[in-house]
Amino acid sequence: MPPAIETEDLVRTFRLRRSRQHPSGGPVVALDGVSLEVPRGELFGLLGPNGAGKTTLIKILVTLLLPTSGRAAVEGLDVRTQAQRVRERISMVSGGEHSGYGLLTVREQLWMFSQFYGIPSGEALARIDRLLQVVGLYQERHRKVQQLSTGMRQKMNLVRGLLSDPRVFFLDEPTVGLDVGAARDIRAYIRTWLADRPDRTILLTTHYMSEAEELCDRVAIIHRGKIVACDTPARLKQAASGGSYFLLDTERLDGADFLRRLPGVARVDSVERDGQTELRLRLAEDGAIAGVVAELTRHGRRILRLQKIEPTLEDAFITLVGQRLEEADQEVIGE
Amino acid sequence: MRVRRVWYAVRGRAYPRTVGAAREPSWIFYDLALPILGVLAFVFVYRALGAPPQFTGYVIMGGATVAFWMNVMWNMAAQFYWEKHQGNLELYMMVPCGLVPILLGMAAGGMLATTVRAAVVVAVGVLLFQAPLAVSSWPLFALIFALGLVALYGLGMFFSSLFLLWGREAWHLVSLLQEPVYLASGFYFPVRALGMWVGMVASLIPITLALDGLRQVMFPAFHRGLLPLAWEVAGLALLAVLFPVLALRMLRFMERLARQEGRLSFRW
Repeated sequence: MPPAIETEDLVRTFRLRRSRQHPSGGPVVALDGVSLEVPRGELFGLLGPNGAGKTTLIKILVTLLLPTSGRAAVEGLDVRTQAQRVRERISMVSGGEHSGYGLLTVREQLWMFSQFYGIPSGEALARIDRLLQVVGLYQERHRKVQQLSTGMRQKMNLVRGLLSDPRVFFLDEPTVGLDVGAARDIRAYIRTWLADRPDRTILLTTHYMSEAEELCDRVAIIHRGKIVACDTPARLKQAASGGSYFLLDTERLDGADFLRRLPGVARVDSVERDGQTELRLRLAEDGAIAGVVAELTRHGRRILRLQKIEPTLEDAFITLVGQRLEEADQEVIGE
Repeated sequence: MRVRRVWYAVRGRAYPRTVGAAREPSWIFYDLALPILGVLAFVFVYRALGAPPQFTGYVIMGGATVAFWMNVMWNMAAQFYWEKHQGNLELYMMVPCGLVPILLGMAAGGMLATTVRAAVVVAVGVLLFQAPLAVSSWPLFALIFALGLVALYGLGMFFSSLFLLWGREAWHLVSLLQEPVYLASGFYFPVRALGMWVGMVASLIPITLALDGLRQVMFPAFHRGLLPLAWEVAGLALLAVLFPVLALRMLRFMERLARQEGRLSFRW
């Protein structure tokens, strides 16, 4: 049985038009030789900064975009030559989606989409009501779509994506812009859906480390169009564990460069918060913390908290990419 | 099975056009009040000039036709452009039924809703101005009306893909095409008044032949058509085949280009 998703040396380039922002025009490589295999039943995550190639990869897999070269298949069906058959097996929901028509009610809008999948009306309405109950939107079924909050709207989009009971479900940053409660509900339902259907597959792109860590069986870290690592969150964290990690709160620092020069200090990230500085330290070994503490004391800064921590997926990301996700985002914005 | 799937998709997409759109009371203003205002102005001009009462009938029919042209321009030709910006177009491209039934659903819903609105314009116009509207042959009237609708919405389907490729210019194109067509297609006067050659060029817009044909059926003794009625029906039949075929080809081209260049997915 072929895997749910398979890509082989996938490349996608875009030709930019000459403009003020891109005076040179020319091609941009969005995907650069991506090879992946996602077995059936897996919740697979794609983690990466803005512009890393996550959405491009999803759009190729859902048949909206053709690869420039390489091969991509969904359940063994080539997305280039068997797009129609791929479409019968998939569905996609994106974060911040405003699809549909505001004048329709939630139930009508979902019914409309069910018709595009050829589901008879009676069956579609029964499915819609059941799914609306599960995501907690049943009471709003007769409300106009334009009156829904962002969180409600995204729950409705999730129901829209699940109506056709897809074999492979693509979620492109499904919780982006949602409040904590709505994001939690959506994550919970995604997990439950897959647990109830062990032969189905989910490919989730996300910007949130915690989301990838909480939901995904395996995660691929994508950066500048290349897969830089692909494994379970636990193994990715292990890969980053070459060293010791500490959280240290101190009185406000004007800069942390003097700490970066200390022996045994591999990386220092600092965040200003409520007049204090929170330092996240990656050290070559535990003993190096003594030098950090001594240097801070020498600079007249009191230590407010010191805690040894386990490496997170973010640490793995930093180790593999060489910068934090937010820094990589900033770099893309700068470009 | 395939036919049933297409039918489901057509009725699904037609739904927001019929039931959904009726929920927005602004249609009373845009689709009824505005055309009637236009009719009012021309009726008073014709009456002031002492024109025969049949001219009032011409104007009422033209006013009803405004609703169709506005619907085709704003809700067909420009629709994919809106759908793209709402994020619907990507979802439509991904569904297994394909874009054709969705486009047909848009057209069917538009035809149904606009026919009702045009009928209200005619009814209000006849009641207000006592216009002498009488159909000499209902089968011929129904044939011209049906061919005109198919050709006109076929043109709208063709434009929908074309305008999508031209992006933001679509908006300007819709505005550009609106008023000149009112003139060139003879919405408020017999198109023959513009001369044979202008009338022939204007006949590329199906409304020209449909409106002129319907006037020939409604005022057989009074109205001098652009062409003999049989020729006009044949021309309409040709356009009713040509535009849907062109629309399907354009749609396939647009889909292929969208997948190749990523135009629908990324706004670069």
